[in-house]
Amino acid sequence: MKKIVSVLIVLVLVLSLTACGGSKKNVINVYNWGQYISDGSDGYIDVNDAFEKATGIHVNYMTFDSNESMYTKLKTGGSSYDVIIPSDYMIARLIDEGLLLPLDFENIPNYKYIDDAFKNAEHDPDNVYSVPYTWGTVGVIYNSAYVDEADVGSWDLLWNEKYSGKILMFDNPRDSFAIAESLLGFSQNTRDPDELRKAADKLIEQKPLVQGYVMDQIFDKMERGEAWIAPYYAGDYLLMAQENEDLRFFFPKEGFNFFIDAMCIPSSCANKDGAEAYINFLCDPEICGENLDYLGYSATETEAKQYMDPETAASEIAYPPEEILSRGEVFQYLDAESTQLMDSLWLEVKTHSTH
Amino acid sequence: MKTFNRVFTVIVFIFLYIPMIVLAVASFNAGRDIAVWKGFTFGQYGALFRDGVLLPLLLNSVIIAVISSLAATVLGTMAALGIRAMSPRMRRVTMAVTNIPMTNPEIVTGVSLALLFAFLGQVMKINNVMGFATLLIAHITFNLPYVILSVMPKLGQMDPNLRDAAMDLGCTPLQAFFKVIIHEIMPGIISGALMAFTMSLDDFVISYFVYGPGFVTLPVEIYNYTKKPLQPKIYALFTLLFMVILLMMVLMNLLQAKDEKRLRRARGVFGEKEEAKT
Repeated sequence: MKKIVSVLIVLVLVLSLTACGGSKKNVINVYNWGQYISDGSDGYIDVNDAFEKATGIHVNYMTFDSNESMYTKLKTGGSSYDVIIPSDYMIARLIDEGLLLPLDFENIPNYKYIDDAFKNAEHDPDNVYSVPYTWGTVGVIYNSAYVDEADVGSWDLLWNEKYSGKILMFDNPRDSFAIAESLLGFSQNTRDPDELRKAADKLIEQKPLVQGYVMDQIFDKMERGEAWIAPYYAGDYLLMAQENEDLRFFFPKEGFNFFIDAMCIPSSCANKDGAEAYINFLCDPEICGENLDYLGYSATETEAKQYMDPETAASEIAYPPEEILSRGEVFQYLDAESTQLMDSLWLEVKTHSTH
Repeated sequence: MKTFNRVFTVIVFIFLYIPMIVLAVASFNAGRDIAVWKGFTFGQYGALFRDGVLLPLLLNSVIIAVISSLAATVLGTMAALGIRAMSPRMRRVTMAVTNIPMTNPEIVTGVSLALLFAFLGQVMKINNVMGFATLLIAHITFNLPYVILSVMPKLGQMDPNLRDAAMDLGCTPLQAFFKVIIHEIMPGIISGALMAFTMSLDDFVISYFVYGPGFVTLPVEIYNYTKKPLQPKIYALFTLLFMVILLMMVLMNLLQAKDEKRLRRARGVFGEKEEAKT
């Protein structure tokens, strides 16, 4: 027993010593979406490891599952993060609440590689707080073996009774409502309770045709031909198309969601130089190209395309031309009241009996 | 009635274990979808052991579970001895207070610990208080009641004269504890420690609120896997984890059975000697 106690004490001491030793080194804490960086699996680059080797700065890499949980963690306090990678509407909210630090672009020379299309975005109009990391779009994936090309082009394909039981839908309120709102001609950022009500009715109207409300199961259901039509992210379509050649993709004519995830430095930052070095490293075209090759999302730098799989880089789906992209709409932050209304309407859609 | 009982028991076991079986089967499936069998493979396990991200996270979880359960065991045993020595009324009150954290919703414990740590961090001017230490403290906190709860009954079963006898024979109170009492209550200590270990290993809710940039456990990290489809090697990881827990539970039960046997035999021997004397 005495032995166990003494071993325990020694263990705790050693561990607390190493913990202290760690904090004195040059360290940055990075807070990003789970599985949102190339981590060395499947033969791709290990970005954090490459950064440590290049700069000697150690990366503590932590992940979150949604913009909202990241926000809660920042607000609770008690932990300091040096780099965070939230999405557009959350960046606007963080700026609004003074939770971000202005970036020193002298330390981020690679910012010059970022394409103009992603600068001056609505959430950061003067390019002060954020450096774009990736971007992407939502569109419709369909199986050309079963779906008539004549029916394709609009969100109404998801309401087409010919394909009843073969249609999938997003299993989250924001993306599903955005589709119904686009089809009805509303903004995807509407806060009007009447418009939200109408969108919910539109989703209820669609429900009898829907095979299931899913997220990641879309991959297998579409690849196997179990479902024929599904709205999803363009980057994920490219992965699915590798498994099933019949799968096609289009950008609905009514408009679609377009998102930018960007790197920011929160006000709790303890190592701003290290944080800026990290952001700069991720903007290096070669790193950016190899990282995004693994992620499957779109790169914010034209320069990075030469380091990517040439087929992806040339894809008009990953990199749609300007006239299509202009139809895209970026999600804005919805106030608590609208979010709550949307959540309760979504519950109504999900629990609505189809009989 | 008997057949009804049997059928009912079988149904209960099916509901309890079907999810585990599905998970284990999925971990040997060559395909990615759990609904379609594409052939048997150990490939997911191979991928798991080559993985540079999941294994260090598992190690983090094990480190926290081992240290927190050991610490909780030492503290909990000490607490149980103290509580045992109280008057019956105080004992009841103290046990009630001790049991509250177990019945308290985990989310409440998690949020309140997070707020406490954030507050202490501000008072002590530590910018980055969340991390290994806060996780460890939180895990010891929720492990403590389980240890106390499994040591207390063993102390109750113990013959109170044993301690006096040991001290009559020249032991100091500390020696009496290490030479006599601890052997009597060992089964309680071990089952308390194992319980604490398993509780700590799979804790998500409380850990989620108190982890920090320096240190994170496996359940918390897996929860954040939302940007890409779940990889089947995670099924393999959870199957292994389940097997380890299962093994520990079997071990615990075997130890308990052995202990009961020993107790019975000891009593038997004692009884015979008394008979011989008379």
